[in-house]
Amino acid sequence: MANVISDETIEYVGILAKLELSEEEKEKAKKDMAEMLDYIDELSELDTEGVEPMSHVFPQHNVFREDVVTNGDDSENMLKNAPEQKDNMYQVPRTF
Amino acid sequence: MAKQYETVIGLEVHVELATKTKIFCGCSTAFGGAPNTHVCPVCSGMPGSLPVLNKQVLEYAMAVGMALNCDITRYAKFDRKNYFYPDNPQNYQISQLYLPICRNGKVEIETADGAKKFVGIHEIHMEEDAGKLIHDEWEDCSLVDYNRSGVPLIEIVSEPDMRSAEEVIAYLEKLRMTIQYLGASDCKLQEGSMRADVNLSLREVGATEFGTRTEMKNLNSFKAIANAIKGETERQMDLLEAGKSVVQETRRWDDTKGESYAMRSKEDAQDYRYFPDPDLTPIVVSQEWLDEIKAREPEFRPEKMARYKAEFDLPDYDIEIITGTKRMADLFEATTAICNKPKKVSNWLMVQTMQLLKEESMDAEDIRFSPEHLASLIELTDSKAINSSVAKEVFEKMFHDDIDPVQYVEENGLKTVNDEGALRKTIEEIVAANPQSVEDYHNGKEKAIGFLVGQTMKAMKGKADPGMVNQILKEIL
Amino acid sequence: MENLLKLSAVELSTRIKNKEVTVREAVEAVFAQIDKTEETYNCYVTLDREGALVRAQEIQQQIDAGTLTGPLAGVPVAIKDNMCTEGMLTTCSSKILYNFIPTFSAEAVLQLEKAGAVVLGKTNMDEFAMGSTTETSAFGATKNPWNEAHVPGGSSGGSAAAVAAGECFFALGSDTGGSIRQPASYCGVVGMKPTYGTVSRYGLIAYGSSLDQIGPICKDVTDCATVLEAITCHDPKDSTSMQREDTDFTSALVDDVKGMKIGIPKDYFGEGLDPQVKEKVLAAAEVLKEKGAVVEEFDLALVKYAIPTYYTIADAEASSNLERFDGVKYGYRAKDTDELHQMYKRSRSEGFGPEVKRRIMLGSFVLSSGYYDAYYLKALKVKALIKKAFDEAFAKYDVILGPVAPTTAPALGSSLSDPMKMYLGDIYTISVNLAGLPGISVPCGRDDAGLPIGLQLIGDCFQEKKLIRMAYTYECARGQFPVCRAITEKEGR
Repeated sequence: MANVISDETIEYVGILAKLELSEEEKEKAKKDMAEMLDYIDELSELDTEGVEPMSHVFPQHNVFREDVVTNGDDSENMLKNAPEQKDNMYQVPRTF
Repeated sequence: MAKQYETVIGLEVHVELATKTKIFCGCSTAFGGAPNTHVCPVCSGMPGSLPVLNKQVLEYAMAVGMALNCDITRYAKFDRKNYFYPDNPQNYQISQLYLPICRNGKVEIETADGAKKFVGIHEIHMEEDAGKLIHDEWEDCSLVDYNRSGVPLIEIVSEPDMRSAEEVIAYLEKLRMTIQYLGASDCKLQEGSMRADVNLSLREVGATEFGTRTEMKNLNSFKAIANAIKGETERQMDLLEAGKSVVQETRRWDDTKGESYAMRSKEDAQDYRYFPDPDLTPIVVSQEWLDEIKAREPEFRPEKMARYKAEFDLPDYDIEIITGTKRMADLFEATTAICNKPKKVSNWLMVQTMQLLKEESMDAEDIRFSPEHLASLIELTDSKAINSSVAKEVFEKMFHDDIDPVQYVEENGLKTVNDEGALRKTIEEIVAANPQSVEDYHNGKEKAIGFLVGQTMKAMKGKADPGMVNQILKEIL
Repeated sequence: MENLLKLSAVELSTRIKNKEVTVREAVEAVFAQIDKTEETYNCYVTLDREGALVRAQEIQQQIDAGTLTGPLAGVPVAIKDNMCTEGMLTTCSSKILYNFIPTFSAEAVLQLEKAGAVVLGKTNMDEFAMGSTTETSAFGATKNPWNEAHVPGGSSGGSAAAVAAGECFFALGSDTGGSIRQPASYCGVVGMKPTYGTVSRYGLIAYGSSLDQIGPICKDVTDCATVLEAITCHDPKDSTSMQREDTDFTSALVDDVKGMKIGIPKDYFGEGLDPQVKEKVLAAAEVLKEKGAVVEEFDLALVKYAIPTYYTIADAEASSNLERFDGVKYGYRAKDTDELHQMYKRSRSEGFGPEVKRRIMLGSFVLSSGYYDAYYLKALKVKALIKKAFDEAFAKYDVILGPVAPTTAPALGSSLSDPMKMYLGDIYTISVNLAGLPGISVPCGRDDAGLPIGLQLIGDCFQEKKLIRMAYTYECARGQFPVCRAITEKEGR
């Protein structure tokens, strides 16, 4: 395998993605990720000099909405899904 | 000898746009709703929801960009900025990194001492605001309200062209004035519709390389900005003088304590993994569209000042105050258009109106009376239908309750009494009742007549023309 | 009484319209079948028997009053569990959404409801549509109705199996890299992925936003065209939704392909393709040739680069799309977490299954500082090249013909241990998503073990009608495909 994924990388990506892997999962993740990256590295065989990256398949553009209020208050139904709520707000562990 | 340092400052200014709805959904941007009542699946990050761009946001952003002499990007896109925080319901913020809507602008600023210079605008991008976190001490937790989530913002990123707090304030004033004139935002620092982050570094005078900068957040008044610049300059200078180095970081300014502290955590990797948002299509701007927006551009303050001088021959002092806000200038122009008495309109605005605004700590934006009513009031005084003290009373009523002055004067019987016979009779009674004053007057005490006028006005319940009272008094005496 | 379950959706609605069958009878017949077979196949995550019966009555009244006359009126349908249904549990087959009740319905579901279809419930899938077997579901694997020791394919495995087993008359699936076509192929039913932007994504819980499309899974091509016609619309709530004129897809149900040009990519028939699959697919090409189509082999460039391109793009988008599942607003929150980031990490780590975590990790990595250009941007450039290769092919051919998957349905439990091998199984389907093209899977035979084989037809953008015409012509020539024993067993006993 050309790519070697370090413990630090797994740790770092875990911080970005907010995932906490078990030791066993980490080992598997290192192996899987290295294998996938080796595979993805095959793309470097292709000459893409001057090729415009294609994020959208179709040249569709300028899709807008007008500045008109269309939504009412649906907080009751939405907050029913909240794991924890208080005073019509979503409750989370303290943020400071 | 101590080294001489130069402070280098760049600003990131967030401005909340004055749209009716949020940037990507049809929820109202109005302030003051109960928590989470201006919220829908889109701005609360519900699974399956999708954003659609509010066209007005884009037009405001382009208008601001043009007013700040920017190049408008003809092919722009939105990107996702990924980071986890509870006020950010999708855990990514839709913003612009790779192809922001405006680039390469500049504005001319003038500091108090009259010095002029240009500040470069690096870019302006559109993005969505976050929700609000409320800290609940009782439960030791935080609560999230998404009413502000998705409110449209533009972020104006300057070049590091400023060298002092004065320049920073002048730059912000200039931005505020321009954006207010465009109607794109009310730009209130205290209410958070304009927010500035200060990037600051020091370097030795004469150096060409920039020093390491810090970014300061949480600055919600011009005073806080000036304090923070002073505080951070001193902090960095102390570090450099002690042979230490400045760490590139984000710091939070606490204006009550007058100090800043670093906002750092292991969980905050500052790696935002920006990539083009696949849910939004690119923006293509044609020359026709730009021309259209340019054509809608209002007259800005400098042109307005010159015109007021030429067209209305107002004193510079009046012009300075009246053009200080777009709202005031609009009111001036609309009222003048009705009554054609520019100086009188100006007097009402810059004296009585300013005074009441100050007393009530209100902004010009909050003025409720109409130009029609102000013109009527001026008409009432000019035709001597009411005298000036009644006029002031009526104006106050108009300012607070937006009443129609003509109707109000009528209903409350405030019209000046022009019946000379009746007035003469009252004055004769006053003269008879105050022999001492009459004697004083005859003894050369001119002031005594003032007392008699006052007594007459009182007896007439203020509804007499003071000029006429004076004239009749002199005749009798 | 005839076995209603053998009817197609359009046949059923005709019977209902002619008052030979009531909507309630149709719904009850399906639930009777569900009672009999669901325990074995596990097609559904959620069933709404009560709601369906209430709805059946409403629809019946509208049909009787003559206000509802369309070809799907009264037909029971199953919805993949990654489409929001107002007031009905929507889980994406994930623990992290185990209790999520949407406040709105996906636009595609609304369109079906407007057409008078009766929603039965939500079908099982690979967790967040990540997988090719429906084994990554947090609610247990779905079994293949043709042989319960095998997978139904995925990620829309529950939808495809439900159609094959007679547990619904048709279903909606979603296809990001083959997730409609491949399970349709494994289950012997017809599945179609439309051109990107044809069906609104509003209410579809995103996996790879630039690749996701909703489409029908049906018993035959006629149903498929009918359902697609019903769910296609321009939706102002989805910025990528297209304004299309040519959406009268049923008008393309024509038994004639004379003069149409078919391209067969040589690279789709090389190493790794099961010989029985190859034989049946090529035989199908032969049938079309006899019907007057011109069939030619050609070299489709870049086939082998589609998989790494796809996984880079899909996983990057997924890593961002799945950030919203954080234990704050809905779904699962880990217990006893009083620190914010610990709450995030534990909720997500406990709420997501291994395959989802694997893709989020890779996706986050390819977007991270220092790797964006080398991986993500590179993949977007290769995507442009792949699109160009298809443009060149469609300059010469009306339709590209090939297999859907390299093999028939694998045995349960044989795929997940080696993710790379599983990803390779997507080789024939994923480039269609990268290029935004429409593709259809039509049953074209069975292997020695009796497992169905699918024929894939790929069209140029917005050329669904060519696909439907060709698929319909093939179907007419092929004749009735065997009905799955899950349905016929009822008659035997």
